[in-house]
Amino acid sequence: MFKKINGRYVAMMAGLLGMLPSLALADELSAGDTAWMLTATALVLFMTIPGLSLFYAGMVRSKNVLSVLMQCFAITALMTVLWVIYGYNLAFGDGGGMNAFWGGFGNLFLAGMGVDSMTGTIPESVFMTFQMTFAIITPALIVGAFAERMKFSALLLFMGVWLTIVYAPICHWVWGGGWLGDHGVLDFAGGTVVHINAGVAGLVAALVLGKRKGFGTAAMPPHNLTLSVIGASLLWVGWFGFNAGSELAADGTAGMAMAVTQVAAAAAALAWMFAEWKVHGKPSVLGIISGAVAGLIAITPASGSVGPMGALAIGAAAGMGCYWAATSLKRALGYDDSLDVFGVHAVGGIIGAMLTGVFSAVSLGGSGLAHDTIPEQLIAQGMGVGVTIFYTAVVSFIILKAIDALIGLRVDEDSETEGLDVSQHDERGYILN
Amino acid sequence: MKLVTAIIKPFKLDDVRQALHEVGVAGVTVTEVKGFGRQKGHTELYRGAEYKVDFLPKLKLEIAIRGDLAEQVVEAIQKAAVTGKIGDGKIFVSSLEEVTRIRTGETGPEAI
Repeated sequence: MFKKINGRYVAMMAGLLGMLPSLALADELSAGDTAWMLTATALVLFMTIPGLSLFYAGMVRSKNVLSVLMQCFAITALMTVLWVIYGYNLAFGDGGGMNAFWGGFGNLFLAGMGVDSMTGTIPESVFMTFQMTFAIITPALIVGAFAERMKFSALLLFMGVWLTIVYAPICHWVWGGGWLGDHGVLDFAGGTVVHINAGVAGLVAALVLGKRKGFGTAAMPPHNLTLSVIGASLLWVGWFGFNAGSELAADGTAGMAMAVTQVAAAAAALAWMFAEWKVHGKPSVLGIISGAVAGLIAITPASGSVGPMGALAIGAAAGMGCYWAATSLKRALGYDDSLDVFGVHAVGGIIGAMLTGVFSAVSLGGSGLAHDTIPEQLIAQGMGVGVTIFYTAVVSFIILKAIDALIGLRVDEDSETEGLDVSQHDERGYILN
Repeated sequence: MKLVTAIIKPFKLDDVRQALHEVGVAGVTVTEVKGFGRQKGHTELYRGAEYKVDFLPKLKLEIAIRGDLAEQVVEAIQKAAVTGKIGDGKIFVSSLEEVTRIRTGETGPEAI
């Protein structure tokens, strides 16, 4: 699907209209492409379980460690089942007359997908599973925003509905042949679809649920940063599947995507570390790993079209920008986004999406814009960002309010004090004697 | 009989155990504790959120001994646990009324 979009740029620049999607042209199976995509799919799943799960688990208090691990794990299972039943078709199906907006309910339960079905040069089963791992990690990212206070039943309901009416449509708009892709918005691996989408939904959820009991007065330090370092490291490695896999082929673009992913993560890790060192006098572990994740987020939309210099710039900008957002901006606005889903994912995603419109230019070492000039491309990028922010904020807000009225979003005060591990799951993460 | 209660820096435990062994002390109970004294705590910073840590981790040693050993034991602990920096801890000595060895039912100095 990403190739299809890339194909569109070429077509637009050549002044052609209504070109055929490239997947219709190439249906010969490539063993190399397929082998890489099988691997990339496993890498992206690895980002959620255990990567993101551990990254988050270390940052909560010990009484809630199991709750975030459970939430990520349950989301993995729930999204998989929903994706098979209707999610994949909503995002990547043919919506007929409404195809600009959604993929419809044409092939429920993956009807018609067999061992010979192809998407480009890879089996459709591999493409479907690869996309499934994106549909898993995006809702799982939101968990960090309302960690330590959301009711588990409400979480499952929210995630199921959110996949259906937020993730799947936006995914279709950008990658599934919908209207945003048609406008030449560059989003190679999911800066808007995944990160801005999840980050903004997270902020809305943090605001609707309200602050944790004792936020701002009681100490809420991360209970085990060792877990977070392991989680961030797994995210970093898994991200090669996310970005280089988004090429859907084992080719030069995938190779460059891998290189720029590494460069941006490193630049952002250093940028956050040095910024914090300068401001607070010490370089912190939580800082350097947060920086790396910020860089990975920011390079995501750019990874198919920028060069190494662009990656350095995008990484440095994301490291400093997200450091500012997760510390100063958060404090100034006073919201309790427990694990900084907005400050890192939304802000990093926006920085990345906008700079993609700059550093993709051939004159700046990129492989080309979808529009003729940088300002025109920036307008397209801004539109993609704006539409995503607006749509996800409004719809997420409505879903949350509806669930709150229906079954309540938050655990009661005693349960929150006791911790979600015991109150929601009757278990403890640490039984040390 | 005396009960010696010492608060020491955690990393000094082995030195103190060795010193107590040398003066003939047969048993020590060690507990991980937190507290504050003249030593100031520290601040921790996580993504801009600052937390002041006032209570610092120490070890509490409880040692029951014959009354005549008290001076020697206190001196042994003091010499072994000292670093010269603030926060080295304290040693308290109090009278001990009775001791019973659970296994045999012996009481008094024989039970220590």
